Amino acid sequence: MSILVGNDTRLMVQGFTGQEGLSHSNKMIKYGTKVVSGVTPGKGGQTHLNIPVFNTVSEAKMATDANTSVIFVPPTFAADAIMEAVAAELDLVICITEGIPTKDMVTVNQFLKNKKTRLIGPNCPGVISPGKAKVGIMPGFIHKPGNIGIISRSGTLTYEAVHQISSNEMGQSTSIGIGGDPVNGTNFIDALSLFAKDDETNGVVLIGEIGGTAEEDAAQWVIDNNFTKPIVAFIAGRTAPPGRRMGHAGAIIAGGKGTAQDKMEALQTANITVVENPAEIGISMKNLIK
Amino acid sequence: MKIHEYQGKAILREYGVAVPDGFPAFTVDEAVKVYDKLDSKVAVVKAQIHAGGRGKGGGVKLANSRDEVERLAGEILGMILVTHQTGPEGKEVQRLLIEQGVDIDRELYTGIVLDRESRKYAFMVSTEGGMEIEKVAAKSPEKIIKEWIDPSVGLQSYQLRNLVFGLGLKDAQVKNGIKILNALWKVFVEKDCSLIEINPLVVTKDDNVIALDAKINFDDNGLFRHKELVELRDIAEEDPAEVEAGKYNLNYIKLDGNVGCMVNGAGLAMATMDIIKLYGGEPANFLDVGGVANAKAVANGFKIILSDPNVKSILINIFGGIVRCDRVAQGVIDAMETVAVKIPVIVRLEGTNAKEAADLLNNSALEFLVAHSFEEAAMKSVKAAREAK
Repeated sequence: MSILVGNDTRLMVQGFTGQEGLSHSNKMIKYGTKVVSGVTPGKGGQTHLNIPVFNTVSEAKMATDANTSVIFVPPTFAADAIMEAVAAELDLVICITEGIPTKDMVTVNQFLKNKKTRLIGPNCPGVISPGKAKVGIMPGFIHKPGNIGIISRSGTLTYEAVHQISSNEMGQSTSIGIGGDPVNGTNFIDALSLFAKDDETNGVVLIGEIGGTAEEDAAQWVIDNNFTKPIVAFIAGRTAPPGRRMGHAGAIIAGGKGTAQDKMEALQTANITVVENPAEIGISMKNLIK
Repeated sequence: MKIHEYQGKAILREYGVAVPDGFPAFTVDEAVKVYDKLDSKVAVVKAQIHAGGRGKGGGVKLANSRDEVERLAGEILGMILVTHQTGPEGKEVQRLLIEQGVDIDRELYTGIVLDRESRKYAFMVSTEGGMEIEKVAAKSPEKIIKEWIDPSVGLQSYQLRNLVFGLGLKDAQVKNGIKILNALWKVFVEKDCSLIEINPLVVTKDDNVIALDAKINFDDNGLFRHKELVELRDIAEEDPAEVEAGKYNLNYIKLDGNVGCMVNGAGLAMATMDIIKLYGGEPANFLDVGGVANAKAVANGFKIILSDPNVKSILINIFGGIVRCDRVAQGVIDAMETVAVKIPVIVRLEGTNAKEAADLLNNSALEFLVAHSFEEAAMKSVKAAREAK
């Protein structure tokens, strides 16, 4: 079945007419994603890539029956763009934008409460269900349809994991980048609970990194909910110095919290296979599910 | 972004937070002039560096006269201050804060941070001021009182009361305490702070509540709407190579090892550091060249990595997604022609056009060690660094 995005996805692109928006829309269309509309305030009525552009999300939704949005809006306006999509009651909003102020994301999180919309990201590569739909900036060709779900806080390290799965004669049901920011939408637990219910997912790769306690929370959730599908986890940043932001805004060990060691121990406690070597993600999964 | 104490106090003053009178000084002469301006016989000479623990390190001294200010300013300016936060190499003191002495009755602590898990802000106070708050949290967590602020409604009066009565403030202190905590919250929100810490927050003998120290960090992602804060950046406090890398839009953090690495993407860059360590080496840096990874970015990356004399080999690990590996390979070849790289360079390119990239590297007249897998890349670069010794 795959999760979040698939054959039913009808995608609108916010920030459509910008350079990033157009170039990635083109790639998503070529992959086979149903891109139905674009939104750029002030450019309503135009057509690009044979796709109609609207001024607002609600207009675009009404006219094209979109159920999912992907956001390429610059950080200054991105939080507002997310809230516009939430207010228009889309099912899913995937925000690619990097550099949104934390304060804005805290506000967005408040706004999301009791709404029907699920947010993925920000600061993420997006979500792909191979062979069905690609919503984001990941390279499509490294993916293969299959039965491994991937959840990751990273971008290129997610591609590395996907590549290892694909080159070990497996494929992905859905690969989700949940983003590298300290405050994001969907977290590991949300994604795991979706994979738990997905018949096509037989195993899950979880790519975490230093900062916060999302991995520890996921480990506890796995224990509490008796999640039985095999999980292979890798935590990036064992060698990262404390107090330094390692590229991602959320990747920082602060006040002794958020170390790779703590996360790895928590995951092991939940009987999750934790690999120390990032080159062994694929082979470990292969050994687990054979 | 971090700022100095005196800059933090200037911001607090704007918001009506009581702080001691004081001014920065960059020279001994200026320090004496500041003392003359202060309406106080007792003054404190405080080293201004971006690290805590300055008092224990000998960077904060009490002066009882003009002569003493002159002597202490001379001693502290230019000293290499070592604290638990600077690392053993310490930091050179280039700025001072000279401020009036305060008659302290009690030393307290207060701080505001984002609690990532609850997505709420945590406002903390403790009666154990002047100590490292991490130690208090570990030893006697019950001595830290916390209020979680719901971002949709902000800080409420009852929460302020919980905090000040929790601190044991009474009579006139209560009003002064509420005023100062409320003002700190306002600074936190309006300036896009990631951390405010006042340690110690002091109660004076005449019932005032004063911020005796000020540590304020800002969310880098929020700086675009605060031009006034960007001007407060002191690059003398940062690693010169990191500052240089920032000019090229490269994300570089210097470490202590000898295997340099150049990677696209922060997560993969951390994983590359980790795998170097796993194969017995020590990473020399974190370097994310970003999504472009063209000849210019790679050349700049080489320059930054090579500015560290400890580096004995360089591992280039690129996962080509949007960026094509053959373009990156050409970029590496072009960069090696402009930057003299005299140490082994190990290249691992995977993803889009990886094969074409390998051919380009193999056919080039330059010396590369081409790696076909992540492990092989790590092993080769660790071995190369070891053999160079």
